[in-house]
Amino acid sequence: MSQVQYPSVLLENAVNEFARLPGIGRKTAMRLALFVLREKQEDVQRFAAALTTLREEIHYCEQCFNLSDASVCSICANARRDHTLVCVVETVRDVMAIENTQQYNGVYHVLGGVISPMDGIGPDDLTIQPLVDKVNSGAVKEVVFALSATMEGDTTNFFIYRKIAEAPVKVTTIARGVAVGDELEYADEITLGRSLVNRQPFDQAM
Amino acid sequence: MYIKHLSLLNYKNLQEAELSFKNGINCLVGKNGAGKTNLLDALYYLSFCKSYFNAIDSQLVRHDQEFFMIQGRYHYQGQEEEIYAGLKKGQKKQFKRNKKEYQRLSEHIGLLPLVLISPGDERLITEGSDQRRKYLDGVLSQFDRWYLTAVLRYNRGLSQRNTLLKSAGRNWSSVAGQFEVWDSLLAQTGLHIFEARTRFITELEPVFQKFHRFISGGGEEVQMVYHSHHQRGALEELLRDSLERDAALGYTTRGIHRDDLELLLDGHPVRKVGSQGQKKTFFLALKLAQFEFLSKHFGYAPILLLDDMFDKLDDERAERLIELVGRPEFEQIFITHTQKERLMEIVQKTGKSYDFFVVNNGEIQPHEETL
Ligand SMILES: [Zn+2]
Repeated sequence: MSQVQYPSVLLENAVNEFARLPGIGRKTAMRLALFVLREKQEDVQRFAAALTTLREEIHYCEQCFNLSDASVCSICANARRDHTLVCVVETVRDVMAIENTQQYNGVYHVLGGVISPMDGIGPDDLTIQPLVDKVNSGAVKEVVFALSATMEGDTTNFFIYRKIAEAPVKVTTIARGVAVGDELEYADEITLGRSLVNRQPFDQAM
Repeated sequence: MYIKHLSLLNYKNLQEAELSFKNGINCLVGKNGAGKTNLLDALYYLSFCKSYFNAIDSQLVRHDQEFFMIQGRYHYQGQEEEIYAGLKKGQKKQFKRNKKEYQRLSEHIGLLPLVLISPGDERLITEGSDQRRKYLDGVLSQFDRWYLTAVLRYNRGLSQRNTLLKSAGRNWSSVAGQFEVWDSLLAQTGLHIFEARTRFITELEPVFQKFHRFISGGGEEVQMVYHSHHQRGALEELLRDSLERDAALGYTTRGIHRDDLELLLDGHPVRKVGSQGQKKTFFLALKLAQFEFLSKHFGYAPILLLDDMFDKLDDERAERLIELVGRPEFEQIFITHTQKERLMEIVQKTGKSYDFFVVNNGEIQPHEETL
């Protein structure tokens, strides 16, 4: 499709933008652009508005870095949840996966990824320091690591563990019902729920 | 376990074949370049989902054709198993067991154990230590899935550490604090791999020596010596001590990725002192040791493919090799050779049932006289 002559620069621009999305090739981008042309004008405006508002108005929860419509997310704002129990995850998708298990009543801390030099991600690119501060403030009784069982996930666990090992906090990791090397996101809900319930002390899991 | 029937289309120089095999010795005779080895490679493909000789699948399709397919009917634990491998250029390869496509190829590998011995295996002796590590990893991961996972994890961690080393020159202060965690995890994963390799080599050496003694007729002292940085102390400390040098070089100089298996003939590296025949005997014994390990693990004999192995061995060694594979521990065997009469002489001595196939310019026919 690289040599395609577009009848319109406007169409070409739209195809280029769609093709930037993850998992979308140029063929699919073209299909999507032509679909948009067949849509009613107000539907397209609503679609475009949803995207710009998402980008402009979304907040990251100032306590856990989860996505949120307000400065504090609905999980952190919920007084019935156990705020002394903090589950450390990579992304917002992991929060959603664990919430779906309905096995967890604590709060979260979203790191924003894992340490991976090959992807140019170092500890400073993640929300590690706010987590350490939170633990040092004494408000946390237990930290549960729920990162992927990959070399990068394990390294990140270990990096954080060394920073909070001196604090009076219990550090646990989800039981490895999740196969070693598997991404957390792909674990089924039952396995994930069980591995949260059966979490184990971190230093024994290493 | 053995293969009863093979059909294939457009695999390398083989246009089409429909062949039935014996659970005994199957002999392929023909000129060099006729396609004998390609047939062995097709059998290898059905066991390992890849070619032994060529890493790029699309290059396996016969010249000017669009696809290849290989289909094998195996006798497996009292039942019939049908394995299908197919590739259309530009598409994902298909691999099926009894018409059902595999989700992951790794589910198939290990189902139909097979050992291929070819003259190219001399690499094990003559080339760098990576060839020996590949051999160890190949055998170990066939019966230890956990081992394979550990190696993959280690390699990933190693790439991460090397990337960190390369970026260290530019911003040392920001990355310096990260080495401790990577070193610790590499040391931990590496230690498991080191221990698995140590156990395996301890078990392997006497088996290797047994086969070597048999083929060479004894009289030569052979040893395998495992070298690993883990033998020098805690790897975590070695990594820490070499950090400055590693950063200057841009890669990691300590760890199991530098392991070697030294092969000694009368106390000297066979790579340096061995003759052609002695080197051949060495890798033959290594591959036969692999065969015995897999047999023991699976409880049945792998299929054995001997590619052009009787060519450069002297008559005495060739004689002993054939005496060996005539034993009941070896079941289905495929042998290639350029000279029909010579191979006929050889296989008749085994007392095993045999069939001959003539390979000529990419065509394979059962040999009339032996039917
Ligand atoms: Zn929150």
